[in-house]
Amino acid sequence: MLSFDGLVAVCVLYVAGLFGVAFLAEKRAMEGKARWLNSPITYTLSLSIYTTAWTFYGAVGSAARSGLEFLTIYLGPTLIFIGWYWLLRKMVRIGRAQRITSIADMISSRYGKSGGLGALVTVLAVIGTTPYIALQLQSVTLSFSVFARPGALGAPDTEATAIWVAAGLALFTIVFGTRSLDVNERHPGLVSAIALEAIVKLCAILAVGIFVVWGVADGPGDIMRRIEESPLAASDWNGARWLGLTALSAFAILCLPRMFQVLVVENSDERHLATASWAFPLYLFLISLFVVPIAVVGLSLPEAGTNPDLFVLTVPLGLGREGLALLVFLGGFSAATSMVIVAALALSTMVSNHIIVPLWLRATRHEDPMSGDMRRVALSARRLSIGGILFLGLGYYRLSGGADALAEIGLIAFLGVSQVLPALLGGILWRGATRAGAAIGIGSGFAIWAWLLLIPNIAETGGLVPPVLDAGPFGIAWLSPATPLGLQATDPLLTAMMLSLGVNTLLFILGSLFSFPSPLERLQGAQFVNVYDHSRALLGWRGAAGTADDLLTMAQRILGAGRAGRLFQEAARRQGRDGDLPEPTPDFLERLERELAGSVGAATAHAMVAQITGGASVSVRDLLAVADETAQIMEYSSQLEAKSTELAQTAARLREANQKLTELSVQKDAFLSQISHELRTPMTSIRSFSEILMQSDPLDDAARARFSRIIHDESLRLTRLLDDLLDLSVLENGLVTLHEAPAQLGDVLDRAIYAAGALEEGGRIAIRRDRDAERIEIVTDADRLSQVFINLISNAQKYCDAEAPELRIEVARRGDTVEISFTDNGQGIPARQRALIFEKFARLDTAKGAPGAGLGLAISREIMARLGGSLVHEPGTRGTSFSVRLPARARRAA
Amino acid sequence: MANRILLVEDEANILEAIGFILSRDGWDVRGHGKGETAIEEIDRVAPDVLVLDVMLPGRSGLDILRDVRARSETRDLPVLLLTAKGQARDREQAMSLGANAFLTKPFSNDELIATVRALANGHATGTAQPADTPRDDA
Repeated sequence: MLSFDGLVAVCVLYVAGLFGVAFLAEKRAMEGKARWLNSPITYTLSLSIYTTAWTFYGAVGSAARSGLEFLTIYLGPTLIFIGWYWLLRKMVRIGRAQRITSIADMISSRYGKSGGLGALVTVLAVIGTTPYIALQLQSVTLSFSVFARPGALGAPDTEATAIWVAAGLALFTIVFGTRSLDVNERHPGLVSAIALEAIVKLCAILAVGIFVVWGVADGPGDIMRRIEESPLAASDWNGARWLGLTALSAFAILCLPRMFQVLVVENSDERHLATASWAFPLYLFLISLFVVPIAVVGLSLPEAGTNPDLFVLTVPLGLGREGLALLVFLGGFSAATSMVIVAALALSTMVSNHIIVPLWLRATRHEDPMSGDMRRVALSARRLSIGGILFLGLGYYRLSGGADALAEIGLIAFLGVSQVLPALLGGILWRGATRAGAAIGIGSGFAIWAWLLLIPNIAETGGLVPPVLDAGPFGIAWLSPATPLGLQATDPLLTAMMLSLGVNTLLFILGSLFSFPSPLERLQGAQFVNVYDHSRALLGWRGAAGTADDLLTMAQRILGAGRAGRLFQEAARRQGRDGDLPEPTPDFLERLERELAGSVGAATAHAMVAQITGGASVSVRDLLAVADETAQIMEYSSQLEAKSTELAQTAARLREANQKLTELSVQKDAFLSQISHELRTPMTSIRSFSEILMQSDPLDDAARARFSRIIHDESLRLTRLLDDLLDLSVLENGLVTLHEAPAQLGDVLDRAIYAAGALEEGGRIAIRRDRDAERIEIVTDADRLSQVFINLISNAQKYCDAEAPELRIEVARRGDTVEISFTDNGQGIPARQRALIFEKFARLDTAKGAPGAGLGLAISREIMARLGGSLVHEPGTRGTSFSVRLPARARRAA
Repeated sequence: MANRILLVEDEANILEAIGFILSRDGWDVRGHGKGETAIEEIDRVAPDVLVLDVMLPGRSGLDILRDVRARSETRDLPVLLLTAKGQARDREQAMSLGANAFLTKPFSNDELIATVRALANGHATGTAQPADTPRDDA
């Protein structure tokens, strides 16, 4: 008889073996060498987590109680794998193309990355799975106790056993489930350990079966006879329940989080499904083959005890076959642990991705979900989730106290997770399915299921049934779980199944029809429904060489041939491979992605690598990320462009300014040169004559007087020039102060004519005026206006070359303007020189020799501008004609 | 050495001043006030030294100088250029065109006389003072 400690030692050894296998597989996979890992057989065996301890032990119990009903649990998946192979393939393809990490992610992704839906499915999955985990713990502890003390159920230290088992499973899952955040979410070590457990499980049950048929009974014939005689043959055949349970198990295999994990997420080659489509039903067939014989033999063997759920164990044990019993124990242990491990892994991924990380992102307003920080958080979240989920399972187990009602929870959990089915199938097959439909469908189904099955079961498990469950809330009987809609449910499970899935499906369809999908949903809908149009099949490692080749080609394009070549060579050398192409191991791909990300951005790099290695289509999420990156780059480049445009404009403005300055400088030089000339010319005379006068040589008086006179005149000329320059400077700078006052135009003209000396004798020019027209009152600075008139009159005096010089002064009103024109009877200004007349120092050739610096007209024009008028040369007239225009603030005097 | 000087200058007062100074120094001074006819006047007078103002109405002294140097009969005529602009580049331009001497107005009488004498003696002098720096040592 094996001691309890011995049993524990065997368990620990077994688990250590599993660790070893997982570790080895992981290592091989990292090196890219584990071909056996990627065989369809491994994949098929990993699917066997469907058969948990519940089915391992419970199927016999079920057969003992209810006949062949247990078969429905195997029938559903069999039908799915054989008949609905196309659906599984589509799920696997979508999972790969969209890089789906869990069933919650599948639903969330399909319905426009809905965070709410993901969280809802996650909660649903956790609630549906926790009792299931509790069930596994129960079966393990139960088998422990049975083994340790045959016949005595409920050993005192089962609780400690459960804790140790839970802790061990958590550790294993954390170690092999969350070593790193693999882009593909695959866990080769874990999967290989599970495949090994599947073999142990199958061998155990087959061994017991063979022992029972040939060791206890006398072969198949004897067994058939015994079956005929047993109560099993008499058990009821309930067609509805059969149909319902078959459907339920079929739904469950599509919706169970752990099944999704092995079926879709861990799938490394789509073609493995083809093998699994017959191999998995075969596995189920083999595992159920001896269920009835064991049940029949167990029922007839007093040594097997009274609990048919433990016949698998108690039959060999009761008959003294300890070795066989140990194998069975390990088989049950395997069934329980593999389920718990994968369920914990799948749930932790969901909890982390759809609850913890989104909350963390919201709390920290983190911006880059690809950052290392984020990865660390995600990993920690997963590890915590695994611990949390196992703790929940343990808690539930402790709470239920290992009650028999726990066994019921298996089917209830099936129905719970099956609430995802309408949204899942609808999402894959119907583009019209919307988030709103999925949400109310899942939500309502979930609620009905919880109310009709889960809550009553928990209440029953806890040994406390509140009256509200029997009487219905508010005393409304048809709301009571016991009599939903007034139905006297003979089979609560079937009733709940019809109700919850019916309402779920109906609301899902109606909700989808009456809501509008977001653009992202529409895109995702198309991606899911038409997944074959958008993606390549994932064909495992077989295309590794070609993949590496493609990667190199891509890397060369982005990194340049030299850098890409070095990167690949170095990686190949590190992997210990000949040649230049490394295996596209996760390590290498991550490295490559990092390198590429430096050039094209993380999202783009990821999408490109995934496209080549994963057979993934570029998902909408990728596209959005790529678009974001591109937008950033474009933003950056448009900023650069804007900057360079700005710079060009600034440069142009600077050039312009510089040109202006240069022109101004040229003008200034010319002006200074002119002034210099104008100043130096009188100075020359003054200097020469004063030197002559200073010399001791005698000069006659006439000469002395004459020279003195010249010096005097030239001095005056200098003074005038300086006055004019100052005047012009003041006018040009706008610093002049005007003294505006009413004045008679005629009076201003009188003064100007007098000041110009035109009335003096030898005044040289005759002036003609129209006194009547001049009787206009104007408001202006009379002194400044007079200065203009004087300039014009004296110009006429100086330059009019007529025999009898004559100046006509005419006054006219033109609209708002008073115009005073000065026209002489000379030859006028030659056309080619008209442009120069207002230039400073512009003394025309014809005027050479006349006094004045050539600033008069320039000054006059400035004055008129200040007075709000103008001074223009009238080229059309005979003789020289200038017009002074004044604004008609003036009014005709009375 | 009653050499003949032709003085082309449009400012009457300056013409008078220079004429007086040089006459008293013993030169036979002829004056002329127009740029256009300066070349004819040069041919007519056949001076030993030409004193030429740069800023002449009609034709600039530089243009006249260019002609003087281009024509064989006047190629070697000593020329003194006078300018009131007083910028360094005017002087450079004048010298490059073949002026023998260059004076910036106002100049001292002694300086003028010394320059004209040097030119008459066949010296190309560089006695023009630096631009814009009036000399007080006259």
